[in-house]
Amino acid sequence: MPPHLKHSLPKAFWIAGLAVVFLLLYAPILSAVLFSFSADRFPSLNMSGFSTEWYTQVLTDRAMLEALWNSLTVAGLTALIATALGFAAAYADYRFRFFGQKAVLALALLPPTVPLVILGLAMLAFFSRIGIAGTLMAVVAAHVVIAAPFAMAICRLRLAQLDETLEIAAQNLGAQPYSALIRIVLPHTLPAILAAFLITFAVSFDEYVISWFTGGLNQTIPVAVLNTLQGQVDPTIHVIGTMSFSVTLTLVLIALAVVLSQSGGAMSKEETQ
Amino acid sequence: MTFPAIPARNSGRRYQSLFQRAWQALWVLPLPVWLLLFFAVPLGLLVAISFWSVVNYRLTPDATLSAWRYVLGLDFLWASFWRSYGLSLSSAVAISLLAFPASYAMAFVATPRQRLILLGFAIAPFFTSYLVRIYSWQVFLAEGGVISSIVQAFGGNGESLLNTYFALFIGHATLALPVVLILQTIALANVDRTEISAAANLGARPGAILFRVILPAARPGLTLGLLFAFLLSYAEFVSAAYLGGGTFQTLPILVTDLVRAGQQWPRAAVVSLLMIASLLVTAFVTVLWAYREKG
Repeated sequence: MPPHLKHSLPKAFWIAGLAVVFLLLYAPILSAVLFSFSADRFPSLNMSGFSTEWYTQVLTDRAMLEALWNSLTVAGLTALIATALGFAAAYADYRFRFFGQKAVLALALLPPTVPLVILGLAMLAFFSRIGIAGTLMAVVAAHVVIAAPFAMAICRLRLAQLDETLEIAAQNLGAQPYSALIRIVLPHTLPAILAAFLITFAVSFDEYVISWFTGGLNQTIPVAVLNTLQGQVDPTIHVIGTMSFSVTLTLVLIALAVVLSQSGGAMSKEETQ
Repeated sequence: MTFPAIPARNSGRRYQSLFQRAWQALWVLPLPVWLLLFFAVPLGLLVAISFWSVVNYRLTPDATLSAWRYVLGLDFLWASFWRSYGLSLSSAVAISLLAFPASYAMAFVATPRQRLILLGFAIAPFFTSYLVRIYSWQVFLAEGGVISSIVQAFGGNGESLLNTYFALFIGHATLALPVVLILQTIALANVDRTEISAAANLGARPGAILFRVILPAARPGLTLGLLFAFLLSYAEFVSAAYLGGGTFQTLPILVTDLVRAGQQWPRAAVVSLLMIASLLVTAFVTVLWAYREKG
């Protein structure tokens, strides 16, 4: 905080604003965790008791376990491919000057801005034409498109902190391009690669529109939730929610801790000086 | 002796440059190729499909404008378009206003270390089970749910808040808040602190510092936050369907209905392309405005 800044409204106002936003963000998550242990079928504030009944119900539901397995397969493959492609693109942008560089960057940043409903529709049309609609591989191919830009951004930000002359110096001293990459660039970027893997895993694990359009009968966890949403009140959603919150929140917080701890604790130029 | 050495060296260099080109292509090409194949081609196909026709419930390649004529002539399409656009725009403005005090607190009240931790917790929900959070809100907002019980305890009538614009807004905010928070906070944290100090030293009052120094300097980032809130709200369809309860027929719902109910692929493609066109125009105008010169 700059020493001379007097706040135009009392500090308490801004902190209250912060509290309201965090309440909005976390109230639905906490309530899902709370109600997942409720003994009642209908969630209400006066809970009659504590129960793990819904957990048993979910964990013995074969369709649900299959959906979980589908989700893990899709997310794992997506994270692997998206991170590899994202790192390659980030490294290419950092290391080389090539024809159409800006166009490639623009293309890579476009997918997150196109509505998922439209992407899902376009991909379903395309996958039906080439005959892979309704397979998990189709879902992976589509998820890589929306996840790779995140991986690229994370890796590129990390590479920006690497002294560009190091790799060239190594090559001038006789190192082959690949050994300079393996010994200098990869160790430096490794935390970002890990973070990118976790984030892309979370993106895929949570995506429902494209999975719903292109996955056919192969349900993933979010698609199962979507189908339940359309039906009756079902306390098992809280259980699924609690489990996926634990998975994705852990992944994302680890990833963020990795990324943020490298950035030296500050985002603005003045504070780093 | 030197004479034969030259072509040998040349071929060596040619070999080396070929190797370097292959090495470079290995890093440059994979992502663009993947995106061309699984992003550009499907979207191109969607453009093509908008000119196809449906014969006996089967999609048939064609070159007709009938889907365009049909969709553009529909009154309820335009009603739905303006409704979608207006709802998302008002959500975007409201989300930006709601996020601003929090972003200000993270940028100017918190220490840099606290800011990083707070930002981490602000972004994390963006990647976690959006659907379950919407379901939780459904429980909160329904008749006899948490919010109506609280309202009742204070003597209100405690009726269901579902199917209202408020419910839809909550859904949009659930989706977009994390992104808006991070964009606003980065914009505010990067405002030149010496400018703020200078204004204060010259006797500017706190209100003037906020409106004449901080807000203009942070404008690009704040506008980007607004734009992303709009993009996300405009594309969202789960809130409109489950919190808005179908009261709000938005474009994404129209698209899914056209495909699922009637196999009307060409018409769905036309609506999708209209959505993309309106998004691009909005994004372009907003970005121009965000980065225009002062004065």
